[in-house]
Amino acid sequence: MRAIKVEGLAKRYGSHEALRGIDFEIGAGEVFGLLGPNGAGKTTTIEILEGYRERDAGTVEVLGEDPQRADRAWRERLGVVLQSSSLYPNLTVRESLRIFGGYYASPRNAGEVIDIVGLAEKADARVRTLSGGQKRRLDLGLALVGNPELVFLDEPTTGFDPGARRAAWETIRNLRSLGTTILLTTHYLDEAEQLSDRVAVLREGRIVREGSPAELTGGNPETEIRYRRNGDLVVEATTDPTRRLYELTAAAVEQGEELVELEVRRPTLEDVYLELTAED
Amino acid sequence: MNLFAHELRAEQLLFWRNREAAFFTFFLPVIFFLIFASVYGDTRIKKEGNIRGASFLEAGMIGYGVAATCFAGLAITLVIRRESGILKRIRATPLPPPAYLLAVLASTFVVFLIEAVLIIAIGRLLFSVPVPGRLLSLLAVLAIGALCFAAMGVGITGLVHSAEGSSAVINAVYLPMAIISGTFFTPNSYPQFLRVIATVLPLTHYTQLTRDVMVRGQHVWHDWGAIAVVGVWGLIGLAAAIRGFRWQPFES
Repeated sequence: MRAIKVEGLAKRYGSHEALRGIDFEIGAGEVFGLLGPNGAGKTTTIEILEGYRERDAGTVEVLGEDPQRADRAWRERLGVVLQSSSLYPNLTVRESLRIFGGYYASPRNAGEVIDIVGLAEKADARVRTLSGGQKRRLDLGLALVGNPELVFLDEPTTGFDPGARRAAWETIRNLRSLGTTILLTTHYLDEAEQLSDRVAVLREGRIVREGSPAELTGGNPETEIRYRRNGDLVVEATTDPTRRLYELTAAAVEQGEELVELEVRRPTLEDVYLELTAED
Repeated sequence: MNLFAHELRAEQLLFWRNREAAFFTFFLPVIFFLIFASVYGDTRIKKEGNIRGASFLEAGMIGYGVAATCFAGLAITLVIRRESGILKRIRATPLPPPAYLLAVLASTFVVFLIEAVLIIAIGRLLFSVPVPGRLLSLLAVLAIGALCFAAMGVGITGLVHSAEGSSAVINAVYLPMAIISGTFFTPNSYPQFLRVIATVLPLTHYTQLTRDVMVRGQHVWHDWGAIAVVGVWGLIGLAAAIRGFRWQPFES
């Protein structure tokens, strides 16, 4: 089962080519992360899939339909979290969920959504009294209240403190375990790594790398060994870390030296990402 | 139909919950009626055919009310919802856009109708203004005003690009209009240049029509000229609404 299929998708704004022909597929139940610096085309892509923008070229299929021609039945199956929070400040959390739930044929119960997004203590508080992170969780709740098969999350945790981010991740993992397909854009690498089954890195309107976070980082054969010698940081990249480490430590033990701050690390998704998106 | 009823209830909750908006659009015409009718309610207004000040003002506050609720209040609400992304979010739900817009308009009309009834009740109870005899003509007048000023209200949203500026811009349009159009004072006593401006404003003609029906006991159709002016302004608003209304915020 496939939730999203994109082929040769292109979009230009005047003379600026925002998307230069991208392809990807997302399976049902998968969490797919769209990564890239600002201006790479993440929001353009997600808004075309949501049906907000028209494409210039290519084919797009979301839950079996073309978003440009999709109808009400299609919107029943979809949840959308926009990049900025969009809420009624004078309603309570519960009232907001009831109003938006009423737009769907078989909505989730407001109380159930409140539990999913962790706003139980704020259920009857006015939206304007919520913190930024709580508002963002209500945004997510409004996207979930229709019981969607597919959820679009455009930078769902931008501006969160670390605690709020962990809580949001937990919510997104819960959703995944309920079988919801999720397309998420983010510029936090750890977020993509933690949540996504697969990741695509966008750069200047093209997908420059695609795969699971492990595949992306596994593609790089080099391991880094770092330590300090006489106070200076030494960084070695090697394709043969076992042997190299043995040599280093054996030599150090023999001479009674300490390899201060010794560290052996695999490239993180962040290293790969920075390399892929570096301006050259 | 169910969705329309659901959204109409939601809109009513949203309107009355927003205290500031409810004050400026709903209560202010009522409060001005109370204040000004206390000041010159018993004075006869010579240039308006010697009618009582309270009667003159009651019809005037209905005109001010339609501008406040159906024009200014509606326009500010729509601009703020558009710029805060609420309209965009609603567009992603299965709620059909026509059902949403009709519910927003219907809710605005309900507020205006309650306001008109309240003003007429206060006039009767506190200032001894008789309840207008021609109720069907009165309803027709309220409907004409609600539709035409709401069309202008939706129409102006395309010209206002930011939520911060929306109430400043829209108040700058409708408050001077309300005063020049003679909702508080008769335009017949204005200097020439103000009278010239007044004759092109829809609210001048609308307020005249309201006074003729409410105070002078005329049928609504006795002044087709006034209906035509208000109607043409309504059509201009509708054309602007069709061209300029949008669901997505203006991008910075």
